[in-house]
Amino acid sequence: MIDVTAPPGTPPAKARNRVLKQNRRHVPVLATLALLIIMYAVGVANYRGFSDTQVVLNIFVDNAFLLVVAAGMTFVILTGGIDLSVGAVVALTTTVAATLLHAGWPAAVVLPLVLLIGTVLGLGMGAVIHFFQVEPFIATLAGMFLARGIALLINRNSIPITDGFWTAMAEERIRFGPGVFISTSVVIALIVVLIGAYVLAYTRFGRTVYAIGGSADSALLMGLPVGRTRIAVYTLSGFCSALGGVLYSFYMSSGYSLNAQGMELDAIAAVVIGGVLLTGGSGYLFGTVLGVLVLGLIQTIITFQGTLSSWWTRIVVGVLLFAFIVLQRAVTRRTR
Amino acid sequence: MSFVRHRLFWPAAILVALLASNIFFSSGFFSITVHDGHLYGSIIDILRRSAPLILVGIGMTLVIATGGIDLSVGSVMAISGALACLLIGDLDNQNSVTGVLLACAAGIALSLVLGIWNGALVASIGIQPIIATLILMVAGRGIAQLITDGQILNVTSAPYKVIGAGYTIALPVSVLIAAGMVAIAVVLTRRTALGLLIEAVGGSPTASRLAGIQARRLTIMVYVFSAICAGIAGLIYSSNVSSADSNAAGNLIELDAILAVVIGGTRLTGGRFSLAGTVLGAVLIETLNVTTVSIGIPVETTLLFKAIVVIVLCLVQSAAFRAKVLRRPSRVGASA
Repeated sequence: MIDVTAPPGTPPAKARNRVLKQNRRHVPVLATLALLIIMYAVGVANYRGFSDTQVVLNIFVDNAFLLVVAAGMTFVILTGGIDLSVGAVVALTTTVAATLLHAGWPAAVVLPLVLLIGTVLGLGMGAVIHFFQVEPFIATLAGMFLARGIALLINRNSIPITDGFWTAMAEERIRFGPGVFISTSVVIALIVVLIGAYVLAYTRFGRTVYAIGGSADSALLMGLPVGRTRIAVYTLSGFCSALGGVLYSFYMSSGYSLNAQGMELDAIAAVVIGGVLLTGGSGYLFGTVLGVLVLGLIQTIITFQGTLSSWWTRIVVGVLLFAFIVLQRAVTRRTR
Repeated sequence: MSFVRHRLFWPAAILVALLASNIFFSSGFFSITVHDGHLYGSIIDILRRSAPLILVGIGMTLVIATGGIDLSVGSVMAISGALACLLIGDLDNQNSVTGVLLACAAGIALSLVLGIWNGALVASIGIQPIIATLILMVAGRGIAQLITDGQILNVTSAPYKVIGAGYTIALPVSVLIAAGMVAIAVVLTRRTALGLLIEAVGGSPTASRLAGIQARRLTIMVYVFSAICAGIAGLIYSSNVSSADSNAAGNLIELDAILAVVIGGTRLTGGRFSLAGTVLGAVLIETLNVTTVSIGIPVETTLLFKAIVVIVLCLVQSAAFRAKVLRRPSRVGASA
């Protein structure tokens, strides 16, 4: 990640190649989609009850927080950066929320406050990265230590959440039929994804994010607000992590400073498997959603299989990471 | 005041201050006693505890010097320890010295293979180092758990115990092993042209290739060296606790190692490196851990200290920060 901001050399495209090139850009996402379909088909063919609609919906229910965190991570990676602090911010959010709720603060105060904390942390990291030209890897590493350290300082133990609003959000189910439901977290996550996808595709800010990932120097020469946008994506990622933390505390009904260890890896893996180029500048939020679903589906298949142990998840994720990175490499090479 | 400008002045000063502050909390901190012909004392203890971090750190230093990064060190530690413990557990006589040596050799050999894998991904396929090593970081713990079948393997082998907890010529064996590897690294890089070549690759891979340096082979070599160092560190760790714990072994050590390298004055962008600085950094981190315990602060808050240390060091190293805040002349231009 030392060289993330270096522009990937993309010579000017010839007009007749443009259509073809546009298609190549979709290759990683289409590959993920194909993988997802194949995995689902294999699951349905091999395991009884796998075709149940609820199996698919449960993937969303169990990964709503990851979806939100990965959406923020997508913005950061699209600019060619990385955010290692997301897992720690999730843990900090759950801890702060649980502590304050335990102390009797009303949910209406706690909720905006924890979201603000995450946003400010992200803003701080973005500012350090932009103004002092510290590498994103190191700046967010410091943020990770800081957030996790504060969380541990606040409370080392798991704190149950008994607040009315929190339990209501945790237990509320949106039902489509008998035994077919999603949680409110899923709705929130999907709203975040939709807003994110709209912002990326149709707003000036979104186009600037892609431009910075393509080449920060060119973006600057074009007069784009590089600094502001770069700080904004880390702020956004901080906000998404905090929101992810809130969803996580809904899901777990508790706050714990050691929550979400290694979630940054899951988020990065989901983004990469979703076809977002790690050097930045290419990829879609839709791909990230697919990436999260692939991770969730692996988990589900391993649960259904029963005889496979949980560590196979990590090995399979590693293999998929490898496959998709090599695929990305092949696609970008051919584009040149 | 030229020594103040030395790049190891501030880390050394902090280390001395930390050590000195221990006097106030434990009076016998600096006393080293001889017991059964072995040296005992807090200082020796710090050295013993920092041996794995020193090992991983020097490997990381060389990788970072080439402009790369190795996130997989913790996983490699877990794998090598797991394999060694598995093989020792299968021995008819766990106290057989040959058997233990062969098991250790197998662990190191497997680390070597993993190093070649990392190096090949970076140098031959051309994947960014942070991503290439992320694959093994994610999959590695799964592999380690696969080796141990998800169990914590306990061994009762006296010769194996020596590596991590034994003494020879009055010093802990682990410290001597670490010192030996540091000596090898120093001789290889400072007494031969190797160090210069590594710095050249880190400074500019293209320029070094044009100058006729085999950048690719060199890059693979540093990843192999890093993996071997991590493998040995894994043996020390697992021998010290007489078991292979795939989750705990080397957990988050990659971050501590990177921190040690940065504290030691090696820049993450590659180029010039300082092995002595890394050793100093590693000892500093362990001293910090020991100091917080002796002062009576909860161990977890060391994370906060680390965050502050990282932030301060990054800012001081950042040319933009010096130019803007400290108002020192800097050759690097203003922020992008």
